[in-house]
Amino acid sequence: MTDKQPLLSLRSLSKSYETQEALRGVDLDVYAGEFLTLLGPSGCGKTTTLRLIAGLETPDGGEVYLEGKNITNLPPEKREVNTVFQNYALFPHMNVQKNIAYGLRMRGVDKKTIDEKVNHMLSLVQLEGYGKRMPSQLSGGQRQRVAIARSAVLEPKILLLDEPLGALDLQLRRQMQIELKNMQKRLGITFIYITHDQEEALNMSDRIALMREGKFVQIDTPHTLYERPSTVFAATFIGETNLLKGVVSSIEEDELMLDVDGASVPAKTVDWVIPGQKVNLCIRAERLHYSRKQKACQTLSGVMRGSRYTGSVRTAILELTNGQTLISRRTTEGDEDIASGEPVCIWWDTDTACLVRDDGEEQA
Amino acid sequence: MKTTREQGRGRMLAALPMSIWAVLFVALALLYIIGLSFLSRGEGFDAQLPITFDNYLRMAAPTYLKSLLLSLRLAFLTALCCALLGYPLAYFIAKTSPRVRTWLLILIIAPFWTNALIRIYGWKTLFIANGPLNTALLSLGIIEKPLRLLYTEKAVLVGMVYAMIPFFVLPVYSGIERLDGSIVEASRDLGAGPVRAFFTVTLPMTMPSVLAALVLTFIPSIGLFFISDLLGGSNTMLWGNVIQNELLKSRDLPFASALSVVLLTLTCIVLAVYRKLGGDAESMVF
Repeated sequence: MTDKQPLLSLRSLSKSYETQEALRGVDLDVYAGEFLTLLGPSGCGKTTTLRLIAGLETPDGGEVYLEGKNITNLPPEKREVNTVFQNYALFPHMNVQKNIAYGLRMRGVDKKTIDEKVNHMLSLVQLEGYGKRMPSQLSGGQRQRVAIARSAVLEPKILLLDEPLGALDLQLRRQMQIELKNMQKRLGITFIYITHDQEEALNMSDRIALMREGKFVQIDTPHTLYERPSTVFAATFIGETNLLKGVVSSIEEDELMLDVDGASVPAKTVDWVIPGQKVNLCIRAERLHYSRKQKACQTLSGVMRGSRYTGSVRTAILELTNGQTLISRRTTEGDEDIASGEPVCIWWDTDTACLVRDDGEEQA
Repeated sequence: MKTTREQGRGRMLAALPMSIWAVLFVALALLYIIGLSFLSRGEGFDAQLPITFDNYLRMAAPTYLKSLLLSLRLAFLTALCCALLGYPLAYFIAKTSPRVRTWLLILIIAPFWTNALIRIYGWKTLFIANGPLNTALLSLGIIEKPLRLLYTEKAVLVGMVYAMIPFFVLPVYSGIERLDGSIVEASRDLGAGPVRAFFTVTLPMTMPSVLAALVLTFIPSIGLFFISDLLGGSNTMLWGNVIQNELLKSRDLPFASALSVVLLTLTCIVLAVYRKLGGDAESMVF
C-alpha cells in the first residue's frame, strides 16, 4: 500500500481547546478503499481528528490533504467527505427519504435522479418502505442506517464515522459491525471509523490508528497491533496482557535472555535493545500456560491464587515469587483443576511474546 | 410498589390546592363575566335582569367592527415586527459567548423591573413634536419640519413592539439554544452553506418556539389598551380601549363584560389554531 498515493494525508495537525491540547501535531496517511479505525480512550483526540478532516473545526497548525489537494481551509460543505455523527444527527423535521435526499438537494441534483438514488440507498441499507417514516419512529439501528445512507448517497471520497454503534446494545452492535463492514465493501468507500471499543476495532479495521493524549501511538493492521504492540500502552489497551519487567542480560542473533527478578526468561530479539536495558515482555493472557509444579520449572514458577471456570475458558490468577500476579485465560480443553495455593510452573511459546517499549507511564 | 392508581390519586391530591386556586380565581371569575354579559344594565354601576343578547348585538355597529379590525391588525403587525426584529436578536444571544449572553439576557429582562406605563411615557416624550427624535432629525437636515409622530398608528405599533418583544425573544432564544448543534453541522457536512443550513434546518427546527412566541405576543397585543391610549390617543381605539371606555366612562358593566367575552373568545380561537398547528404549552416556557 505504501507505494500508492494516499487519499487523505494529515500533516503535523494540531488543535487546542481553551486550556486543553486535543491534538499535538499528528501525521496520518489513509489509502483509498481502506477501513481505518481511530482507537483510543475518551479524550485522546479521535473526535477532534475526525472533525478536522470534516472541516467542522479549523486546526491551529498543520494541513489536511485530500487527493494531494490542500483542503485545510475549505468549509465542510465544500469537502468531499461526509460524517456519520455519534448521535446520528438526523433532521427530525424531515422523513427518512428527505433526510437521505438532503445532500443531493443541496447539490442541485434533479428530482428524478434524487428519487432513484434515494431508493437505491434505501434498499442498500435494507430500509425499503421506510421512506415516509420520521426519524422519531425508527429504532436505534434503523436511525443509524439512515445516517449512513444520508452520507453515503453523496458518494464521498471518505466516510467519517464517529462511534456510530456507541448507542446500540451489545447484540445489535455485533450485528451492525458485520453489516457496516459489508456495506463498506459494497459501497467501495474509504471509512475512517472512531471507536473506543478495542474488540470492535480489531473486528472491522484494515488498519488501526491507536491514539493517546492527542498523538498516534501506533498505526498498524489489527494483527500487528495485537501481536507486536510497540509500547506498553498499546500492549495494555488492546487485549488482556501480562507485562514482565526485566533487564536484558544477553543478546543472541534472534533470541535474547531477560533477567526477571533472578529468573532467566528467553525472548525474541528486537532491533532496539542493548544489553543491560530495562524492557517489558508482553505475554497475552490466552497464551500464558501453567501446570501443577512437579519438578523444577524451566521458565518461571509461581503459586495459583485462584481460578474461575466459565465453560469454554478458565481464567487463572498466578502469583510469581516476586509478588507480581499474572493472568491466564486458556481454553478448558485438558485443563487441570489446581487448588488455590498450589505451586505451579508458568511458561509460554517464546514466539508469542514480544518486547515492548516503555511509553513513559512506568517512570511517571 | 405503589400501583399506578395510587400514584394517580397522589398526583391529584398534590394538584388540589392549585385546582382550588384555578377554580376560584379563574373559572369563577370568567363565569361571572360571562354571566354579566347576558344581563341588562342596572342602576348606576350594576347589572340586572332580564337576560338579553342586546350587549352582543350592539357590537355589530361600525365603530366596534372598526375597532376590532384595528386591534387585530395592530396585534398581527406587532407579532410580525417582534418576529422580524426578535429572531435575529434571539439567534445572536443564543450563539454569543456565555458571558455576553448573560448580560444581553439581563438587558432584555431589565425593563420588566420598571412599570410599563412609565416606560411608555418615555416613548411619548420621545415622540412629541419638539421631542428629541424630531430635534435630531431636524438638526441633521433629514426633515424640514417636525414629523407628526405622536398619536399615530405607527407610534402605537412602536410602543407595542417595544413592550412585547421580550416575550418573543425569550422563548425563541431558549428554542435556538436547545437546538442540537450537531444537526446544523450535519447539514453543513452534507453540502449546505451557512445560509441554506439556516433556512433548511435551524429555522424549521426552531419553528415551534417561533410559533409559541408569535402567540405570546399576538394574544396580549389584542387586549393592550394603555399603549394605544398614551401613544395613539383617540385615533386608535383598540378593543381594549373600548372595554376600558365602556367600563370606566360609560360604566356599562354588562356591555363591557360582553366586549371582554369577545376578546376571550378571540384568544381561545388563536390558541386553538396554535394547537392545531402542533404547538404545545412547553414551547412557550422560557
